[in-house]
Amino acid sequence: MSLILDAFTVVAVSLGAVFFLAGAVGLLRFPDTLTRLHALTKADNVGLGLVVLGLLPQAERPLAAVKLVVAWLLVQLASGTVSQLIARAARRAGPSA
Amino acid sequence: MTFALAVDCGLVVLVLGMAIWTIAARTTFPAVAGFVAYGLLLTLVWMRLAAPDVALTEAAIGGGLTGVLLLGATSRLRATAQSAAAERPSAPFRLIVAGLCTLISAAIAAVVLLLPDPAPTLAPEAGAKLSLTGVGNAVTAVLLAYRALDTLLESAVLLLALVGVWSLAPDRFWGGAPRSLALRYRDGSLSLLGQVLPPIGIVLGVYIVWVGADAPGGKFQGATIIAAMWVLTMMAGLQNPPELGRAWVRLILVAGAAFFLAAGIAGFWLAGAFLAYPPGFAKPLIVAIEAALTLSVAATLGLLVAGPSARPVRT
Repeated sequence: MSLILDAFTVVAVSLGAVFFLAGAVGLLRFPDTLTRLHALTKADNVGLGLVVLGLLPQAERPLAAVKLVVAWLLVQLASGTVSQLIARAARRAGPSA
Repeated sequence: MTFALAVDCGLVVLVLGMAIWTIAARTTFPAVAGFVAYGLLLTLVWMRLAAPDVALTEAAIGGGLTGVLLLGATSRLRATAQSAAAERPSAPFRLIVAGLCTLISAAIAAVVLLLPDPAPTLAPEAGAKLSLTGVGNAVTAVLLAYRALDTLLESAVLLLALVGVWSLAPDRFWGGAPRSLALRYRDGSLSLLGQVLPPIGIVLGVYIVWVGADAPGGKFQGATIIAAMWVLTMMAGLQNPPELGRAWVRLILVAGAAFFLAAGIAGFWLAGAFLAYPPGFAKPLIVAIEAALTLSVAATLGLLVAGPSARPVRT
């Protein structure tokens, strides 16, 4: 049982890392602010989500698992708002920004 | 082992690279962005050194609060950035600065490298007397019992820093409110965050102060989170900074240090020495002092971000 859970952790966290890598590549390669933001939100939402999901079976107590999920939810809230703010500022600055 | 070593080496390279970037950046904004990233990387370094208390402080104060203060300075300096960039200090001056910085770095490196092995430590003694203080976190015991004088002076220094910021206000605005932190345009998502996040953040901040007695955490880290929530509501335009001349503002600012000082002076009669706690009452006193300091530190940090008075006093 614990072997299956460990394997699940490795797969989910690795998949999360792939999303972070893709997000970082997108941040470097995409041409303008809005598409770069689009790449970053994938890393934040799905990448971190997969990492948290993978770490859940490793939590020693249920409370620790709840804390992990709360951390993910807070990042969702903050990164969503910040993306919105950056996108709005970019649109005000004009298409060349 | 080798994997952990590889991660540590990668961290060291990243920290050094970020430090060089921060110094080499030609304009203020990239330098500040680099400084914040540098602070977050240092947090990871402290975690790798098994010092979660320092890591929390670095994340909250080093990366977070200092970053916000520097960003505020950047936006205030924008008007003069052009002329400042045009002026280059003379070569001898830059040489002297580089020489002094190298000297200081070399001296610090020499001190660290010349430490006897194992390095002298008071940790076993601090751990042995821990039960007398009633708190379970040795870091908190050091900060509020063994070396309480340092923490008292620290809270006074924070107030002095705020007085320094306030003294930049023109005479006609003295005692008035700082300029509004709100964005120039309304933003629905920011005001949503400003309403949803503070209840969570305040609970989290209080929790970190409370848990600091027995686990990593403490008043500075918790107070920074509470201050951040206050600043968030001010930036979202949900409230404006208070007038700095109000009696209640001044009272909240000095409450922590004043209570700490009073408890310290009471120690003369109750326990025979300045800042000594009567036996059996150490833990309740420490928790009470932390609570009072949290309020004052949070208010001080929030007002440091808000800056000096920029409006006349309303009558």
